Amino acid sequence: MSAVLDQHGHEHAHDHHPSGLMRWVTTTNHKDIGTMYLWFSFAMFIVGGVMALVIRAELFQPGLQVVNPEFFNAMTTYHGLIMVFGAIMPAFVGFANWQIPMMIGAPDMAFPRMNNWSFWLLPPAATLLIASFFMPGGGAGVGWTMYAPLTVQQGPAMDLMIFAVHILGMSSIMGSINIITTLLNMRAPGMTLMKMPLFCWTWLITAYLLIAVMPVLAGAVTMTLTDRHFGTTFFNAAGGGDPVLYQHIFWFFGHPEVYIIAIPAFGVISQVIPAFSRKPLFGYTSMVYATASIAILSFIVWAHHMYTVGMPTVGQLYFMYATMLIAIPTGVKVFNWLATMWKGSITFETPMLFALGFLFLFTMGGFSGLVLSLTAVDVQLHDTYYVVAHFHYVMVAGALFAAFAGVYYWFPKWTGKMYDEKLGKLHFWLSLIFFNVTFFVQHFLGLAGMPRRIPDYALQFTEFNMISSIGAFGFGLSQVFFFYVIVKAIRSGEKAPEHPWEGADTLEWTHLPTPAPYHSFETPPVVK
Amino acid sequence: MAHAIKAGEQPWYYLPQPSRWPVVGSLALFLLGFGAGLWFNGFAPGPWLVLAGFLVLLYMLFGWFGQVIGESEGGLYSKRVDISFRWAMSWFIFSEVMFFAAFFGALFYARVIAVPDLGGIENRLLWPDFKAAWPTAGPDFKGTFETIPAWGIPALNTLLLLTSGATVTWAHWGLKENRRGQLVVGLILTILLGAIFLFFQGYEYTHAYSELNLKLSTGIYGSTFFMLTGFHGLHVTLGAIMLTVILVRSIKGHFTPDRHFAFEAVSWYWHFVDVVWLLLFVLVYWI
Repeated sequence: MSAVLDQHGHEHAHDHHPSGLMRWVTTTNHKDIGTMYLWFSFAMFIVGGVMALVIRAELFQPGLQVVNPEFFNAMTTYHGLIMVFGAIMPAFVGFANWQIPMMIGAPDMAFPRMNNWSFWLLPPAATLLIASFFMPGGGAGVGWTMYAPLTVQQGPAMDLMIFAVHILGMSSIMGSINIITTLLNMRAPGMTLMKMPLFCWTWLITAYLLIAVMPVLAGAVTMTLTDRHFGTTFFNAAGGGDPVLYQHIFWFFGHPEVYIIAIPAFGVISQVIPAFSRKPLFGYTSMVYATASIAILSFIVWAHHMYTVGMPTVGQLYFMYATMLIAIPTGVKVFNWLATMWKGSITFETPMLFALGFLFLFTMGGFSGLVLSLTAVDVQLHDTYYVVAHFHYVMVAGALFAAFAGVYYWFPKWTGKMYDEKLGKLHFWLSLIFFNVTFFVQHFLGLAGMPRRIPDYALQFTEFNMISSIGAFGFGLSQVFFFYVIVKAIRSGEKAPEHPWEGADTLEWTHLPTPAPYHSFETPPVVK
Repeated sequence: MAHAIKAGEQPWYYLPQPSRWPVVGSLALFLLGFGAGLWFNGFAPGPWLVLAGFLVLLYMLFGWFGQVIGESEGGLYSKRVDISFRWAMSWFIFSEVMFFAAFFGALFYARVIAVPDLGGIENRLLWPDFKAAWPTAGPDFKGTFETIPAWGIPALNTLLLLTSGATVTWAHWGLKENRRGQLVVGLILTILLGAIFLFFQGYEYTHAYSELNLKLSTGIYGSTFFMLTGFHGLHVTLGAIMLTVILVRSIKGHFTPDRHFAFEAVSWYWHFVDVVWLLLFVLVYWI
């Protein structure tokens, strides 16, 4: 890289890259930053996972035996926040960092320094969240949705949580501006928008969603902050405000947020399924339009999270029908994935297994979502374990499985090593089985009326809760096993062949060696 | 890079060397967040941490922007980098629009749904005397307050900001025609108009607090009024600081008639702040 030019045209070769820790702190390389995002995400996944296991340990039996109720509330809160903002979102930003420049033939992200900042805002935000645990009164037990008026009445932990959300929001907005700019401005000659790999399209749409809704969340928590400390009454009926106002603003952010998590997962799946079916993606154009439609619809369905809050019937009906509309573009996507496999020459390596697991279980989560979209049904199921089961099907078996598929799929390109196929498959089957043991039974618990976010329950729910807790610990151990598979592959994996997947046809596989060099596409390739 | 770059030839895309500025910025935001969290709850080190965070932030801003300005003046930015900046600034302004949208949404919700609802039959038992009419500070508010009429200072402020939008465009014409005097005078006028606007806002706030009994804590009216106009005022302040940086750079001889995106970015931002004010004038002060 000749970053420093002088007037005489001499190239300055002093590529003074710091080494050791400072390499990672100061790096402007998209691959370094992608790696940090992925490892950070995994660390947060473990932290959030341990919190989930505390919840499941407490719920193993009725009565209170492991933690006190306040701590239980804090666990559900931080588990949600950490998994959403610390684990899943950074994981896909990690993929975006590694893959987007390589897939569109760009030398790096559009703003490499801002890219570094987007990542390095995450550790301070995580530190604030963790520090809030140690404030007087303990962690905030408000739920990841941070509903008023509970948040207005919380102790000092709430303020640190609010500032953590602000910083996470800045990180997301800057990351998204970077991704959008890269995709719009740095594609190689010939790479038109409609020739971009679908993963790039999903990130273009996701980044747009993020820029649109993260500021709205910032506004919501800012109102919470001023209600807490500066005498405003946004969420206080006595002052002419309304606690429901918080829910409206939050879910205007929150529903697009669900797709912010899901859409990049669709992108990964749309790369993996064609590669292992050895066929081009079926219905590329309709995939792009379906993804965009899901994104647009996500802005106008938010109050389906609030059916029981006291809405006029006409509002409930509107939000019900609008929500059900989303099933159409989602159905287009599922159809296209299935049609891609149709008459394909399919092999079942680990990435493909996770993609198929995604396809089956995400669709299940979509169906239970459709059930919940029905106002009359949701009134019964609201805030029960049915909802918990539903969104874990889309977040864990959906987004997380897609992330696993992506890690195994691109692992050889990133590291130049192969993971152990047997161990990878074992990781898949363990995850698949324990996931269903954990969450399938929660549908029954919800239908029977067990409320979520409560540390105790009626005796009749005992058996299913025990099954669910056993599944949860199994799932947790499976992810420790995943760590082992990955570390083993990095340290002593076999050298990856130049083209480990012969069906993969995007630029990073066709134009770059394996492993990808530290700087790729310094001069852009020409795409035909 | 494999091939040597000749004098005057720009790289296809300039990629910066590793930089310490981002992590300095992260430290600043951590200190600000942690410090404010402690401060608001009455812990002693809070204000000091906020102060430290603010100073670190200033250090970062000077360092980082200084470096970018140096690279820009050094001719490292190709046309393609310029387009990146344009996209990025547009999306950044879009994010700002959405931030204000949250507060405008709160205002609409309060006026159209929350307040009429509080006058409804369910609430009559609790608050029989409550008149659900805007402006209101809610059923539990003791005493009275007055609002600021639109056709006084706010109308004058509208005129000031609209004029400042014209002067910044006039300065831009000067830059494009290479009339540097017009550029500098136009920028100075814009900054002055912004400063007078802020002075009037400050005066209006003082008046509201001391004579109208209109405060941040004056129920939902005070909440929406001060948060909307306050965040707008903050953005005017930031815009004026950005304009000042551009003014100093113009005096130093930066920018050419066809390459001056920093100027344009700041003028976009200034126009954005202007449009937000027009919405505030109509929706907060007038109707």
